[in-house]
Amino acid sequence: MASNEEILAGLAEIVNEETGLAPEAVELDKSFTDDLDIDSISMMTIVVNAEEKFGVRIPDEEVKNLKTVGDAVDFIAKAQA
Amino acid sequence: MARKVVITGLGATTPIGGDVPTTWQNSLKGVSGARTLEDEWVARYELPVTFACRASNRPDEVLSRVEAKRMDPSTQFAVVAAREAWKDSGIEDIDHDRLAVAFATGIGGVWTLLDAWDTLRERGPRRVLPMTVPMLMPNGPAAAVSMDLGARAGAHTPVSACASGTEAMSMGIDLIRAGKADVVMTGGAEAAIHPMPIAAFSAMQALSKRNDDPEHASRPYDIDRDGFVMGEGAGALVLEAEEHALARGARIYAELAGSGVTADAYHITAPDPEGLGATRALKAALFDARAQATDVVHVNAHATSTPVGDKPEYTALKAALGNHVDNVAVSATKSQTGHLLGASGAVESVLTVMAIYERKMPVTINLESQDPDIPLDVVTSVRDMPGGDVVALNNSFGFGGHNAVVVFRNV
Repeated sequence: MASNEEILAGLAEIVNEETGLAPEAVELDKSFTDDLDIDSISMMTIVVNAEEKFGVRIPDEEVKNLKTVGDAVDFIAKAQA
Repeated sequence: MARKVVITGLGATTPIGGDVPTTWQNSLKGVSGARTLEDEWVARYELPVTFACRASNRPDEVLSRVEAKRMDPSTQFAVVAAREAWKDSGIEDIDHDRLAVAFATGIGGVWTLLDAWDTLRERGPRRVLPMTVPMLMPNGPAAAVSMDLGARAGAHTPVSACASGTEAMSMGIDLIRAGKADVVMTGGAEAAIHPMPIAAFSAMQALSKRNDDPEHASRPYDIDRDGFVMGEGAGALVLEAEEHALARGARIYAELAGSGVTADAYHITAPDPEGLGATRALKAALFDARAQATDVVHVNAHATSTPVGDKPEYTALKAALGNHVDNVAVSATKSQTGHLLGASGAVESVLTVMAIYERKMPVTINLESQDPDIPLDVVTSVRDMPGGDVVALNNSFGFGGHNAVVVFRNV
């Protein structure tokens, strides 16, 4: 099980791989769409890569609730618990 | 009077060069882009053909990592060539609502399609990339080029197998003449050096099996030709309404004077043995260009090096040009680049335009013993093009009986 800091770092790596955004730009309060300019297709790629990295399942209907990076970190942390 | 269409920008990424200057210089030297494939899948699938003409520069090394991962290799090639052509045109201020794209492919995103199928079978649907559909669609190259340039007057994708690239240029002429655009980025892209297309083309006996001597395998018009060699890459040409080009003081390479597109309606793969469809395309193209057969000094032939394909093209040239065919210098540049399928017409048009602009004609390699049934004047060492007013043709023919011819004239 990963700590929230580890989940954030892992997500930042996935976002960087998909979009080229600097990992340090991926902060907890950042909105995926409004701040990081991530479109729905990239978001799905990030979700599937996060599932694999953290060994969790993020249902499609849950993805729309993951508005900020913090939402995603919290969801993954809970799913791992 | 129809609007005159001129060519003001060129781009290419081919097996004999990563850009136009390199491709052009090598085409005059006569180099082969064919190499034995090093990929592990050649042995894994025991492919009957073990070589091809790989692009000399990988497009994902030119594009940024994030750009590249959202594009099929065919689209990557298209964007690389289109960017070169756009920069070369020198266009800066333009009404983007008057800029169109006609960018062809023969096969489309075959790597993406088959990778996704492998992923589905091996790892399940969840792992199939969300970008799969936009990456595999055949309009992917045109769409990516349109977004890259901000071209909003339509992005079109003629698909007619190996005639696609030339047909895209024909469409570009039509768009400008019809007043639907002032500038059209035309071209073709292909990235099909994948085990499945190799196996499939091989199954139809279309590919050369000269595995022990790849560099001499593509040999159009030679008596020992045994099939084509697969190539990959892209060519791009900026077409522009003449008045638009003159108003901005553009460098003009040549006029794209006309085109002819016909269908054989004869057989799905075999060319009409009498070349009737190709003859009609040649005649239509010359008529469209208001050119006489006797104006033609140079032809960049389709000439893929298949036993059945090269001769009907000669028959058609003879029918369309009459005895003047003996005075025409013919280059079969697939001997160097291999066959870039849907990109071939665009790459060969780039070479034809350069031939007019530089007054030098590219070389046909590997012609050791010319087929006596094809008594063309083949350019086997670099040759000057005559001075004065000249017309040159580029022919492309595709499975499905597609024939496309474009006519270039000096300015």
